[in-house]
Amino acid sequence: MPTLTINGKEITVEPGTTVMRACEEMGIEVPHFCYHERLSIAGNCRMCLVEMEHSPKPIASCAMPAGDGMVIYTDTPEVKKAREGVMEFLLINHPLDCPICDQGGECDLQDQAIAYGTGKSRYQENKRAVKDKDIGPLVKTIMTRCIHCTRCVRFATEVAGIEELGALGRGEDMEITSYLERSLESELSGNIIDLCPVGALTSKPYAFTARSWELVKTETIDVMDALGSNIRLDARDNEVMRILPRLHEDVNEEWISDKTRFHYDGLGRRRLDRPYVKKQGKLQEASWSEAFEAIATKLNGLKGGELAGIIGDLADLESMYALKLLFRAVGSKRLECRQDGAAVEAGCRAGYLFNSTVAGIEEADLLLLVGANPRLEAAVLNARIRKGVREYGLKVARIGPAADLTYEVEDLGDEAALLADILSGHHAFSGRLMAAERPMVVLGAGALQRRDGAAIIGAVRRLADHFGLVGKDWNGFNVLHGAASRVGGLDLGLTSSGGIAAILDDAASGKAKVVFLMAADEFDMAKLKQAFVIYLGSHGDAGAEVADVVLPGAAYAEKDGLYINLEGRVQEGLRAIFPPGDARHDWTILRALSDVLDKPLPFDSFGELRAGLIADLPHLNQRDVAAAAKWGKFGSDKEPKAGGLGAVSSGYFLTNPIARASKILNEVQDLANGVPREATGTDG
Amino acid sequence: MLSDKDRIFTNLYGTAPWNLKSARARGDWQGTAQLMAKGQDLIIDEIKESGLRGRGGAGFPTGLKWSFMPKDNGGQPAYLVVNADEGEPGTCKDRDIMRHDPHKLIEGSLLAAYAMRATAVYIYIRGEFSEEADILEAAIDEARAAGLLGPDACGSGYDCEIYVHRGAGAYICGEETALIESLEGKKGQPRLKPPFPALVGVYGRPTTVNNVESIAVVPTILRRGAGWFAGLGRTNNTGTKIFCISGHVNNPCNVEEEMGIPMKTLIERHAGGVRGGWENLKAVIPGGSSVPLLPKSICDTVCMDFDSLKDVHSGLGTAAVIVMDKSTDIIKAITRLSKFYAHESCGQCTPCREGTGWMWRVMERLVKGQAEIDEIDMLLDVSYQVEGHTICALGDAAAWPIQGLVRHFRDEIEHRILAFKSQVAAE
Repeated sequence: MPTLTINGKEITVEPGTTVMRACEEMGIEVPHFCYHERLSIAGNCRMCLVEMEHSPKPIASCAMPAGDGMVIYTDTPEVKKAREGVMEFLLINHPLDCPICDQGGECDLQDQAIAYGTGKSRYQENKRAVKDKDIGPLVKTIMTRCIHCTRCVRFATEVAGIEELGALGRGEDMEITSYLERSLESELSGNIIDLCPVGALTSKPYAFTARSWELVKTETIDVMDALGSNIRLDARDNEVMRILPRLHEDVNEEWISDKTRFHYDGLGRRRLDRPYVKKQGKLQEASWSEAFEAIATKLNGLKGGELAGIIGDLADLESMYALKLLFRAVGSKRLECRQDGAAVEAGCRAGYLFNSTVAGIEEADLLLLVGANPRLEAAVLNARIRKGVREYGLKVARIGPAADLTYEVEDLGDEAALLADILSGHHAFSGRLMAAERPMVVLGAGALQRRDGAAIIGAVRRLADHFGLVGKDWNGFNVLHGAASRVGGLDLGLTSSGGIAAILDDAASGKAKVVFLMAADEFDMAKLKQAFVIYLGSHGDAGAEVADVVLPGAAYAEKDGLYINLEGRVQEGLRAIFPPGDARHDWTILRALSDVLDKPLPFDSFGELRAGLIADLPHLNQRDVAAAAKWGKFGSDKEPKAGGLGAVSSGYFLTNPIARASKILNEVQDLANGVPREATGTDG
Repeated sequence: MLSDKDRIFTNLYGTAPWNLKSARARGDWQGTAQLMAKGQDLIIDEIKESGLRGRGGAGFPTGLKWSFMPKDNGGQPAYLVVNADEGEPGTCKDRDIMRHDPHKLIEGSLLAAYAMRATAVYIYIRGEFSEEADILEAAIDEARAAGLLGPDACGSGYDCEIYVHRGAGAYICGEETALIESLEGKKGQPRLKPPFPALVGVYGRPTTVNNVESIAVVPTILRRGAGWFAGLGRTNNTGTKIFCISGHVNNPCNVEEEMGIPMKTLIERHAGGVRGGWENLKAVIPGGSSVPLLPKSICDTVCMDFDSLKDVHSGLGTAAVIVMDKSTDIIKAITRLSKFYAHESCGQCTPCREGTGWMWRVMERLVKGQAEIDEIDMLLDVSYQVEGHTICALGDAAAWPIQGLVRHFRDEIEHRILAFKSQVAAE
């Protein structure tokens, strides 16, 4: 462990620590632009220069490893002069357009110019102007502001795994660009907006809509996928203006997917803001009491088995729990949270969790994807796998259809029977699986949604048992869910025999007379035509179209609630804005409905509801931990049938009602589908 | 004054063919196997004792550089890279070596690669040197066909392949780490050091980058002994050196001379003297465009070696002597160099990217005198802000000519500013 002296004080640091980190450990701030702890070291901004004894020149502290006996100074006149010099150089060609710059108020260049600059300029020549680049509908470029730190280039190349950004030209003519100005083809491209220390890369949809200091910031949890990324909603006047990531080392580090970052305009579009009741075959505006009466009339005299419920992908635990209690009160247990037909079953928790944990990917040495496309199912988790591959020597193999995941994947073939081959030990991969110290298998939508999904899960469980994937401090069995509500729903036991297919069949045949949809829109609604459909949700999507009664609920940004991510991590979402019009938090609607049905639910406040929920599921008390789940028996003992695993839907950006309502995401999806972008301005 | 018997580059002017037969007649490739039989460590020690300092500009002791290479690579590759990206304005020595005496370089590459336990040699040659690259490749083929290169080179049991890689015309690729990046197929931008190339170089493997001349003199040093080489020149500045004399002289030329020769002797004896006589001399840039110029008063007495020139705040650099007589607009001349450095800055790090363009633009105004007197000091301050704050030495190279100009010709700049002011006032 090297011991070095910084400004006269000694400090001992871990080997490999840089001088800059050592300074920070002592509480000494070293200004920098290009350095970012999650990216490779570029050392190009030269802002972090410090003095080192016996060195004729100042050194870049971000790149210099701390050495034993080093003597470093960060507070000498020479260091001050070097910083002022670099600051001056950065500013001579930087436009003075801070008043109209979206980075204003949260700009590293602004902040450090005040702290380390001289406050005046000696530059009298003309400033450089750089042509802006079109790199797609999400990231706006104002390249004259660029200070060439190359953070965006390094992020794209290293984290996102798309070599689409780079520098062209030399010297002061160097420009950051995507070659031929192509749109970035990454699900993580929005992160370069956060990484850009100046206003060169800003959010295109957010451009000129708000200033950072007038936004009310709410820290909450993302529901666009099952990862549960930690996010911050920035709102003004009851409107979410933008979404930013929050740091969570074990979940999303500091990245979020483009779907998470840019779905916010969907929160304000196509909203259900009042109850509707179907009269003469048409949905018509109604009062709450009319809507409740219509439901009460229909439920009156109904047998428990004739009522079924389907839960959508974005539901919070409290809403699901309230619905479960309501169903229990009216005598039905038929609630289903797997609207995509995934074959996971409630019961053994280890059977439906991502047991290795997200951070655990970095410890794994071999990963087998079974019908999974993590790039589309959880883009940020895919970046973590890529990190494992790049930095920790993780090897990835796949059973399922080929797709570019941004890292090297060994394709074993798209054939479910391979699982039995591997288990029998005859497959070449068997030996590797046996030899691996921390192997992982990840089951994705392509496997779970297959007709014999239960058999595939069973086969993978046998694989896990046989090859020692599950040990004392390691569980290599992983289910990659796509829905934020899924693990919570399974924890609540919201499954029914036959799954959603049986419910839909019963609805078509008239056996299920009333179907309650809690913002469930992701299946074919045609079979619900015969049934009386109650839709409780936030958006006028597929489910609302076939509904007989529409109850306007709150979107995730408009309610407090607990979510459990795919690792089993309990996280708390907070309300950022209020629901529009007459829309209400789902639990209040259910509670009011229960009164009309004369079966009042046992809570009168959100606090009472949550207390009841936690009493039923005591593990909810443990927030923000991915506790190990007990291994057990689950899945079917049958062998999976031969044949390929399904590909994950290509409509990545539009997988839920909020995303579908988002104009921004529709544009991105069109682009991904190859629809040419609208010509604008001088274009012809 | 170097006597003919001590000359290393006996075909510097191309009086004889470059081919293997002719090279052998000049003494190249003689007893190469016996030289190698001395053993790797002895070769390195011999080069250390000879006092050979790198001929590419920085003057780092060559033998010491070689000794940084790991002795045991565990079967993994290590590389010798020969820097033939000769781009320093005023310099044209490596070009003539490759054009007229390529076998010196090839034999030297073999010996050097063997000594530092490299598995392959890359010669990174400036893209514009297309004829030289052709000759070099032909010479390598010749040597390989003769069993001097390739597997079991010269019957020594050591396998050596030499690859010629052509550059694409960027000055910065002559900087060793930028050269390595370029060799790997990336944008030519210098790398951060540490790690140094001897630890992490081409494709992440230990690498030594040497100038053409440094490598080409190796066989002769080993043949004639370190003592012979060290006996030429003076302490710490030993041996012979090719000087490239250009500019306002009667006979611009390349000439191999002993280190430490007085500048005046060098110019008068080999280049036919300054145009219009020594008294017509204004200034000399003694070591390629990046070192500070020297006014006549210093040129009268200064000797041409690393330490003597350092003592007068300049440097030997590549030993490219650029002579300027009194007809020279010295401000304009330095401005041209500033423009060159602004153009050739790779753009990676801030002080160089922004500073070179700034300095050049101020210089352009100074040429006309369109400036304030205190802008001279500002320019100097900016040059100090660039110097030493960059990743590579290009920032220094851009700053030094300007610092030299202000140091020795400040009165001329001030005079021009005042003249411009009075002209404007008159209008």
